[in-house]
Amino acid sequence: METTELQVSSMEKKYTYTEKKDTRSGFGAGLLEAGKANPEVVALCADLTGSLKMDAFKKEFPERFFQVGIAEANMMGVAAGLAIGGKVPFTGTFANFSTGRVYDQIRQSIAYSEKNVKICASHAGLTLGEDGATHQILEDIGMMRMLPNMVVINPCDYNQTKQATLAIAKYYGPVYLRFGRPAWPVFTDPNEEFVIGKAQQMLSGTDITIIACGHMVWNAVQAAEELAKAGVSVDLINMHTIKPLDAKAVISSVAKTRCVLTAEEHQRNGGLGEAVAHVLALADPVPMEIVAVEDVFGESGTPAELLVKYGLDSSDIVKKAQKLLSRKTAGN
Amino acid sequence: MTDLKELEKLAPQVRRDIVRMVHDAKSGHPGGSLGCVEFFVALYFNIMKLGGVNFKMDGKGEDMFFLSNGHISPVWYSVLARKGYFPVAELATFRKLNSRLQGHPATHEGLPGIRVASGSLGQGMSVALGAALSKKLNNDTSLVYSLHGDGELQEGQIWEAAMFAAANKVDNLISTIDLNGQQIDGPTSEVLDMGDIAAKFKAFGWDVLSMDGANMENVVETLQKAKTHTGKGKPVVIIMHTIMGNGVDYMMHTHKWHGVAPNDEELDRALGQLPETIGDY
Repeated sequence: METTELQVSSMEKKYTYTEKKDTRSGFGAGLLEAGKANPEVVALCADLTGSLKMDAFKKEFPERFFQVGIAEANMMGVAAGLAIGGKVPFTGTFANFSTGRVYDQIRQSIAYSEKNVKICASHAGLTLGEDGATHQILEDIGMMRMLPNMVVINPCDYNQTKQATLAIAKYYGPVYLRFGRPAWPVFTDPNEEFVIGKAQQMLSGTDITIIACGHMVWNAVQAAEELAKAGVSVDLINMHTIKPLDAKAVISSVAKTRCVLTAEEHQRNGGLGEAVAHVLALADPVPMEIVAVEDVFGESGTPAELLVKYGLDSSDIVKKAQKLLSRKTAGN
Repeated sequence: MTDLKELEKLAPQVRRDIVRMVHDAKSGHPGGSLGCVEFFVALYFNIMKLGGVNFKMDGKGEDMFFLSNGHISPVWYSVLARKGYFPVAELATFRKLNSRLQGHPATHEGLPGIRVASGSLGQGMSVALGAALSKKLNNDTSLVYSLHGDGELQEGQIWEAAMFAAANKVDNLISTIDLNGQQIDGPTSEVLDMGDIAAKFKAFGWDVLSMDGANMENVVETLQKAKTHTGKGKPVVIIMHTIMGNGVDYMMHTHKWHGVAPNDEELDRALGQLPETIGDY
């Protein structure tokens, strides 16, 4: 899992990877470490222990692991009760069953009741792949960021997901942690501490701001490389925390670049793009483009095929960036 | 531990509080509240081991109570105030702007005695189970109590929780079902007949008791008995037969007073049937 950073003339940094790993395994590793660090950490799972990579925690701390069966509503309530008793519960199931299926339980028993529950959600977005649209939730960020008291995090790779898991274990309050299924390039520093709510500056540039979250950060890195070949200097921000959004990072970046593109594996409605647009519409309106799913459901296919078909490939980011740069030049 | 005579003296006062609060707020749920007065008075003044009025959210070392059918908040607020968790005068703020006494119980305003919001039905048993599991993890031998409406049992999450409780031998939980046979749209048997509720809990692996919720002596005895049934590998449920609107003649045995406030004249009629034993707020 070594990452290398090479200095090249056209860009400040070059991100490469030597291996691909799924972000859910980063969660599993982080959960085990959080469990070792704090005896109050407990975990609950709704019949997806292997998929969520919670086996290691279960093996190490069997008395602190609760298999709830296929009953997600009960899982959220039990987690809230464990939090009342001073525990730090981590719930694990697919993102679809972590949000839409149990929205009212989260709203009343966790968010409104201010319970210290960490809702950990795997298999988010199109990159779930072949299981199809029933499981590919693309609305979860929107649902969760609407809830008062809820922190919403979507880290970009294995290393960052592990660090994020450790960070939310130390934070008091409800958190939604979103990650995914596929093996994905590991390109961030494994030792970089995760700071909730602090955007990660990936590249410094002056022509265009690109803000991405989750798997799309890697696609944005690749797009930035393409754009650099054409002489475009990209200011790339990894907005791993969608709520609370690092508004300062957004505003200071567009102050340099005067335009912004966002990229996310989520519906256009309710996601990162909307959150960034909200900040800029009030503070500093600039030309903007959004790379997201266009208000449709997904379908079966490989992750790579789906990202291309639904317009989330790195080439889609390049195209929309070029369009945005012409708009900026034309002053619209 | 308060004796039976004192408990019986408290009950009409709590009933006065309930009808006065709901009348003043011009909204709220008197029917279910009135039917559960004996249960709440017995629980807080006789049964539960409480940590004093300095409320601790984690409830370590003390018994905890969860109200799942949050709409009967008036009876809970009255009993919490009468027990000393907050000033009795605060009952006058029920359902009003800037009050800690929200229409349905909530933690957000910091009302002592409340550990989770309830109102959207079906969630309280799961939360009570989590609290009971935390007690086991903490080697804390105190108990967890919960109350549920009978209509509330139509929510699927209740049965998810019931299955989980038995499978995990959560035997430090005593849940009570307020079986008044009424829900907003009419008798439960007409809205959605749930059949034999005791048999359902038995089939789910619970230790099932029953009691007469209108008889203070029977409520105290049964709750004491229920305590002796804990720690034996099964969750305990008490089917509590109650009368909706109990204590106010025109509110009794009907769903019509589930969520309606009495007017001035109706309030006078109600108060005429309920002696002011301790003193109104």
